[in-house]
This record gives sequence, structure tokens and C-alpha cells, in this order.
Amino acid sequence: MAITEMEVKEIAEKINNKELSSLEVAEAFLKRIDTVDAGINAYITVAHSQARKAAGEIDDRIASGESVGEYAGVPVGVKDVLCTEGLRTTCGSRILSGFSPVYDATVVKKIREAGLVILGKANMDEFAMGSSTENSYFGPTRNPWDPERVPGGSSGGSAALVAAGEAPWALGSDTGGSIRQPAAMCGIVGMKPTYGLVSRYGLVAFASSLDQVGPMTRNVHDCAVLLDMIAGHDPLDSTSIPGARPCYADSLNPNVRGLKVGVVRELTSTGIEPGVLREFNKAVELLAASGLECEEVSLSSFEYGLSAYYLIAPAEASSNLARFDGVRYGFRAEGEMEDIWEMYDRTRSEGFGDEVKRRIMLGTYALSAGYYDEYYAKALKVRTLIVEDFNRAWGKFDVLVSPTSPTTAFKIGEKVDDPLTMYLSDICTIPVNLAGIPAISIPCGLSGGLPVGFQIMAPPLQEEKLLSVACGLESLLGFDEKPPALI
Amino acid sequence: MSISIEDVEHVAKLAKLVLTDEEKEKFRRQLSDVLDHAKRISEMDTGETEPTSHAVPIVNVFREDERRATLSNEEAVSNAPWAVDGEFKVPRII
Amino acid sequence: MDYLTTIGLEIHVELLTNSKMFCGCPADFGGDPNTKTCPVCLGHPGSLPVMNRKAVESTIRLGLSLNCDISPRSIFHRKNYFYPDMPKNYQISQYDIPLCVGGCLDVEMEGYARKVGITRVHLEEDTGKSLHVGESGRIHGADFSLENFNRAGVPLAEIVTEPDIKSPEEARAFAQLLRSTIRYIGISDGKMEEGSLRVDANISISAGEELGTKVEIKNMNSFKALQRALAYEEERQRKVLNEGGTIVQETRHWDDAAGITHPLRSKEEAFDYRYFPEPDLLPVEPEPAWIDELRESLPELPVARAGRLKSEYGLPVEMVSAIIAEKALADFYEEALKSGGDPREIAKWIAGDLAALLNEQSVDISGSPVTPAYIGELVGLITKKTISGKMAKDLLKETFSSGKSPAKIVKEKGLLQIADEDELMSMVEKVIAENPEAVEDFKNGKEQSLKFMMGQVMKMSRGKANPQITSDLIKQKLS
Ligand SMILES: [Mg+2]
Ligand SMILES: [Zn+2]
Repeated sequence: MAITEMEVKEIAEKINNKELSSLEVAEAFLKRIDTVDAGINAYITVAHSQARKAAGEIDDRIASGESVGEYAGVPVGVKDVLCTEGLRTTCGSRILSGFSPVYDATVVKKIREAGLVILGKANMDEFAMGSSTENSYFGPTRNPWDPERVPGGSSGGSAALVAAGEAPWALGSDTGGSIRQPAAMCGIVGMKPTYGLVSRYGLVAFASSLDQVGPMTRNVHDCAVLLDMIAGHDPLDSTSIPGARPCYADSLNPNVRGLKVGVVRELTSTGIEPGVLREFNKAVELLAASGLECEEVSLSSFEYGLSAYYLIAPAEASSNLARFDGVRYGFRAEGEMEDIWEMYDRTRSEGFGDEVKRRIMLGTYALSAGYYDEYYAKALKVRTLIVEDFNRAWGKFDVLVSPTSPTTAFKIGEKVDDPLTMYLSDICTIPVNLAGIPAISIPCGLSGGLPVGFQIMAPPLQEEKLLSVACGLESLLGFDEKPPALI
Repeated sequence: MSISIEDVEHVAKLAKLVLTDEEKEKFRRQLSDVLDHAKRISEMDTGETEPTSHAVPIVNVFREDERRATLSNEEAVSNAPWAVDGEFKVPRII
Repeated sequence: MDYLTTIGLEIHVELLTNSKMFCGCPADFGGDPNTKTCPVCLGHPGSLPVMNRKAVESTIRLGLSLNCDISPRSIFHRKNYFYPDMPKNYQISQYDIPLCVGGCLDVEMEGYARKVGITRVHLEEDTGKSLHVGESGRIHGADFSLENFNRAGVPLAEIVTEPDIKSPEEARAFAQLLRSTIRYIGISDGKMEEGSLRVDANISISAGEELGTKVEIKNMNSFKALQRALAYEEERQRKVLNEGGTIVQETRHWDDAAGITHPLRSKEEAFDYRYFPEPDLLPVEPEPAWIDELRESLPELPVARAGRLKSEYGLPVEMVSAIIAEKALADFYEEALKSGGDPREIAKWIAGDLAALLNEQSVDISGSPVTPAYIGELVGLITKKTISGKMAKDLLKETFSSGKSPAKIVKEKGLLQIADEDELMSMVEKVIAENPEAVEDFKNGKEQSLKFMMGQVMKMSRGKANPQITSDLIKQKLS
């Protein structure tokens, strides 16, 4: 079997027992990238030399008899929203097109310490704002299942590179569905952990109260392994949750008979494509048939989740993105400037793309005098009601389920001029971010030859249960389709 | 139609963005669509509900008053579009 | 026309911490530009703030010192506006739920006390510094600016007063008392010249009950400047109103050299700070035990100490104010009292001659070569009439420069006051014989001439003559 098709576990074992060197593995993936990425554009930056150097160091350590981590030498793709010291970090934006961070994000530090080899930085919607990875200064990423279609977003590069075998796994970030929705559209596993489980230090902020870093993998086991690597308290992030946590990979238990599953009515009724609903319902039936109690539940506040989200997230973003001004780092407009105010105006107008401008203006509007109470403050209250609805549901159900995305991958260009329609892509994933709970998307079938994602949601910090249900369903489904064009 | 061209101009100014007339009209239309949808939240009875601005139920997160390594001056200005003698240079302020 | 003046102050205090408010960079003054920075205080993408416990404690201690209530739950907000000295283009500050609310400070004035309400005390981060470079070196006309972020992120406590202050003198007295309080509790060095204490003022004048339009004044770099700027502004507003004009709500800049305020020309900026809760920081909910602990850590504060000194020792207001201004000085005073000397005399010598010497030599009270015991000794020598007041002045100087005790110097130099009546009488007789004009003046009731003759005797005795006996002898001789 080609190295690029092997499971993470297999690669790790082969490196550990010296059947393969870390460098050979890295070279195989770099070659794969060089071969296919021109057509996919999943990477913004491929770190050829840094990856080779890191892999070589792992090999040296193994050769010298040093004990390296279980997954040392396994390559990984990293969404370009995470700071990597000395490796360009652009967030898919012109304004950071030449930015070289002076520090590693905590999660990057952790995966480096675990011995993972960073192959490159994955394409994304500019500043993670988008659901299709079309809003990248570096061009859109194409879906490996159909290059005419989007891979979803904003972590579309991470999803596509995993689906296309350009890395065995990747890190993404999820503010309103940005890991789960592209995972669904690319037929892979993607998880958003509980808010505060994974450090945000070094994750370039989109909406600080919603952002989380998470794994994007080929299967649930890898997802648990990668989560184990990145989770844990970080004193550099005030919102990081202190205390011990279990080993997720070790506690995976696919036998989840008797658990109570709530099917969220508001996320399975209107606006869901028939093919998506069909595959979703088949999966629910499988769960029921294997001894889980599945029942419909109505969480009425979810009707307003999208509205609240598209006020809260842009509001935070408008402030988070104010720092990109051409003074300390990043792009600065060229030419004579009358004064600093002109420099700000021109730098930001030339440096940001349309979607970012839209959200900055939307957020500025929601926070501005006279509208704060009507929009922003109201949205925060709706957020409370969504949290309360979830809490009520946890009284009765172990997990909640829904389709991940209302549609399969859509055509490139189909929704770019209609932001509202584009925003509706996130309708199923948004309540999870507003409540800060964990959720995972796993592939549950194909509709029209395109992958459909199944979303499972769990109470805060119950990643063990979440991953176990996902693992159980994964084995029931036996989904092992591969993107046809690439195999 | 939620917002006017003047509103677009006002927020663009606050956000330090300059827009062409065409862009103003395009954004006015698109932002209005989104805000009209967002306005649906006003239907919701939020009564005495407290706002949620943080998703974690934690308080009093402090660090001790200890120093950590700083960046060198070269690192600090390494990404600067325009730096002079270790300082960030910007066009006149007023 | 008579106008009432209304003043409110906004005071920023740089807190004396090792590290900055939200990162581990040094928080002290100075250093080469951009050498005390990190990704957090440079606002690098992805960096996050974590609160400095000491800064929060200092702010709570300040609030307690100003009789504030400590909020059971307080949160941070972002204040959004663009300015190149602000790395994130928002300032992490507090808005509707600050750490401390609703206090007051009693300011002792000549003959009355003014209670000044404290609206709030909150915690925020400082900005960096812009150096405007160009022909004039000033903001106006500068060609470009250089940004230094060493100060960015230093913790600042902001104190906002109620508009309870009625005159520029009161404003100055309040600011001085506040500075003393800050220094007593050790949360800041309160140096206005270095910018660790910054006072902005809002001032309006009105003829009736209704408050006038307020004008904000910035850039006062000393207490004297604060008083002068407010006095200038008071007068400027009075003139405008008397000439039938109206006051424009604006921010004015104090130009200390020219002694005037002038409006700050700012580009037509729309100010809308779009405050919203800082998502990167979690609420502060101080437990009562923590607050108690912080309260117990406070020393006796200037206001309380002033009250005690006044009632225990009967010192006049201005003397008390001078003594309590610095904790070390007040401690010095109370230590000197242990000699058993007259409290007023001791206060006079400390606040007067000693303070002047220290000031002259730029020595801190803590480094004074004259110890509290020496002051006690000096006052004892005067009381026992061993030396005259005139001699004491020289003696203090000598003690200051040599570090020797006053008694030792007196002994070494034989600096004893002449109290022997016969010896003094011979000098008095000589002076009377040599100054017939003065004698004539004295007989015609001119008080001045007595002083003149006293001076002559002093000169003759090289300052050693006991003034009381000498004066009595002159009067006796000429009556
Ligand atoms: Mg302030
Ligand atoms: Zn710093």
C-alpha cells in the first residue's frame, strides 16, 4: 500500500519499528502534494525543507535510541490560521501574505513536541470567514470529490488535503462549523472540542468566544489521538479549562448500547437537502437498530442560532481584526500617504477581501451606538437561551444528532454573491459553538456521489462519550468510500 | 431594507475601510439581507435572560506578577513594513 | 457676574508591578525602544491576554483606600478605536462593571473640608508612545511618527471623581492627597513628570443651578500645572460667557510654557468606542476573604493620619498636610516625637528647614543624614535655651552635612547660647552707645528699631545671644 494511503496508526508503527523512516514518510507526502495539489490548492505554503529537517531530526532521535512519542514522525497539515514560528502564516489573507510569526501556537508546540512533522499550511477562507474556502487570497481550494465543487470551509484546505492524501490528518479551527462542515463535504472526520479544552494561544482570532482548534482525520480513532495531543490546560489562554482530562484514544468504546440519542427537529426539518436527510435518517436507523434509544427533540431557540451567530461572531471579529493596520506587521499599502489615517484606510481596504469587509462592517454596525442593545446585547441573550435549551436536552439525552451541513458540496461560485445563502450552510453547526459544547462530524454516506456528514453533539467536556458514539456509528456504517478522481 | 448608504459609510469609517460607490451599494444590499435575517431575534422573548458573553463557567483567572522572556528588538520589528532604528515608523498622525 | 466652578478629575495611575497587565514583559519605565515587548503587548495575531493578579490586587487596594465598594463581579471590556500607539487598536479596559465603585476622599482645605466623591476605580492597559518627528518635533507639523511599545500593556488604574470639586486649589489639593494615598499603599510611584500619574480635568462654570458645558483639559504634568490650567480655563470661560459667547464642549491642551489652553485639532473622527465584553478574559469575582486580606494590608492612610496628628498634637492644617504628604516623612515625624519634644516645634523643623535641605540636596527623607532622634535633640536644645533658634538653623545644616548629632556639634564647637545677663548687658550697652538714632526711634515708639538693636547684639555675639533675655535687657535699659 502507498504510504499516503496508510492509516496514521500504521505509519506510526512502521516508523517506530524502523520499517519506514520519518523522512521517507515525509518525502512520500511531499511528493503527493507536488503531484496533486496544483489541482486542489489545499496548501497555501508547503514547508518542504522544514518538514524534511523535522523528519530527519526524528529519525536521528530514533537512531540514537531516544524514546520518541508514539506518533513521532507522522506528518500533519496545519490550517494557516495557527501561528508557526518562522513559517509563513497568512490566514488566507493578503494582509498577512508575508507574515512570519515569532512564536508557535500552543497546539503547534504540542504537536511538534509529540514529534509530528508539519508538511505545510492549509488553505482557508480569509480569517476563517466563509463556508467554502473560496474567500482565500491564495485562490479557492477544490473538493477532491469533484474539483468543480467547494470543499466547504473555512477549514476547506485541511479537509481537502486529508481527503486527497496530502497528509494523513490535519488541524483545523471551528468558529461556526468550520471544521465539521468541510469535513462533511470532503468525507472525513472533523471535531470541534469543548470551548476551552484546546488552547487558543496562537490561533489567529476570528470570534474569540467561539473559536476552537480541532482535529480533522480519516477516522474517529485518529481524531481521538490528535485530540489527545492538543488538548489540555494552557496558562497562556485565560479561557482554557484547568484540570485533568482522560486519554481519549484509550477510552474509545464503540459499544454504546442503551445510550439515549436526541434527533434535533429544528436541524432536520426545513432547508435540508433530501439526499442529505436520506443518508442522515439511514444512520439514525442504524443506531436505533443497534440498541440506542433515538427520539426526536425540539430545541426551539435553535431557530435563532444563525441570527445570533451572525451578530456575535462579526462583532468580535470587527474588533479582533482591527490590529491589522500596517504598523507592526503584515501588508501596508504602497505609495505616498498624507497621514496615518490614509495609511489605515488604504492598507485595510487593499489588504482585506470582500467577505472580511462585510463581516467587519456587520460587526461594527452591531456594536455601534444605537444598535448595541437591539442587535449585540439581544444576540447574547439568545445565546443564553440556546445554552439553556441544550442543558434541558442533556437532562434526557446522552448525545444529540443532526446532519452536519444542509447540503453536500456545492459548485464553486454558486453562492459567492449571496452571503445570506452562504451563511445558511452553517445552520446545523452554529448552536454548538454558541453553547461551547463538543461536536463531531463523521461521513455517513454519499448523495449524488458526494459525501454527507453526520453530526453528533455532547455535553461540555464529554468528549469521551462523543468519540465513543462516533466510533460505534463509524463501525456500523462502514463508510470507506474514497474521492473517485484521486484514487 | 435595513440599512442605508449613510450607515455603510459610517461603519466603513469606524472600521477604517474606504469603499467605492459601487461597493457601498453592494455592501448595503448584502448587509441589509443579513441584518433583516438577524432581526428575527427581536421576535424572541428574552425577558429577564442574562446575556452570555463567555462559554466557560470559570472566573478569576490570573497569572502571578512574574516576568517572562521578551522578544529581542530585532524580532519585535522583524515583520514591520517600515521600521527605523528599532522603532515602528508611521506616517504623520495629525 | 458670579459663576460657580465645577470640576471633575480623571486620573490614570501606572501600577508598580514587575510585569505588564496581560503579559510577562517588564513594566518599568524606560529602556531602549521596543525591547520590553512580546507577541501579547505587540498585539500579534493569535496572542492572548492573561490578567496580572498583583494589578487586580493593587486596584482593589486603591478602591478600598478611597472608600469604594468592591464589585462582587467585574468584567473587562474592549474600547475600540484606531491609534498607532495602541497595538490591537482596542484598549482592554472596564466599562459598566468596574472593580471598584462609589467611594469618596475628604480633602482638608484652609478652614473647611471638601468631600470628593469617587465614581469608580477601574483597571486597564496603557498604550505605547508615539514620538512625532519633524521640523517642530511636536504633533502638529510632524512628518512622521515613531512607535515604541515598551509602555504598551503596563497596568493603569483609572480613578474618576464626581464633579464635586469647586476650585482649582481644591483640584490640586485633591490630586496631591490622592498621590499621597497611592504612595502610602505602595501601588505606584505617582510621578507626574514620568507620566505614572496623569490627571485630566473636566471643568465647567455656571451662573445658576444647571451645570455649564464642560471642557476637558489634558497635558498637565505637575500639580502646579493642574491648578494653573484650571485657573486659566476658569477665567477663559468666564470671559467667553461675559462677552455673550458660548462654551464649546471640547478637549483642550494645556501649554505650560505659554500658560494657556488650546483646542486639540483632531481629524473629524467619529468617536464610537463600541465597548463590548472582552471575550479573551473571564470575570473577576473577588471573594470576601480576599478583599478582607487586602484591606488588612493597608497602612494608616493620609486622611486618617492627618486627623490623628491634628487631634493628638494640635497641629495646624497646612503643617499636617506637609507632614503627611509622604508616608516616610510622617513616620519620621512620629519617630522624632519619641524624644519627648514639643510636637509643633518638631513639625516646624521637619516640614521647614529639614525639608528645604532635603529638597536642596535632592535627598529623600529615607536617606536623610539627619535622623528623627537628631531633630528631637535639636528641639530639646532650643527648649532648654542651650542654643538660639538662629543657632539651631546653622546647627541643622551642620548636622545635615556632617551626620554628627547636634549635641556633639554643640559640644565640639562650644556653641552655647549666651544667657548670662551681665555678659549680655555689656553688649546691649555697647549697642545703645553706638546707635543713638535707633535709641531715639525706639523712644518715639518705632518697633523696628528694637529689631535692629537685637540684630546688632546677635552680630556681636555671633548669634549666641539668647534673644528673649537680650530683648528684655534692651527694653529695660531704655525704659
Ligand atoms: Mg482610561
Ligand atoms: Zn509583552
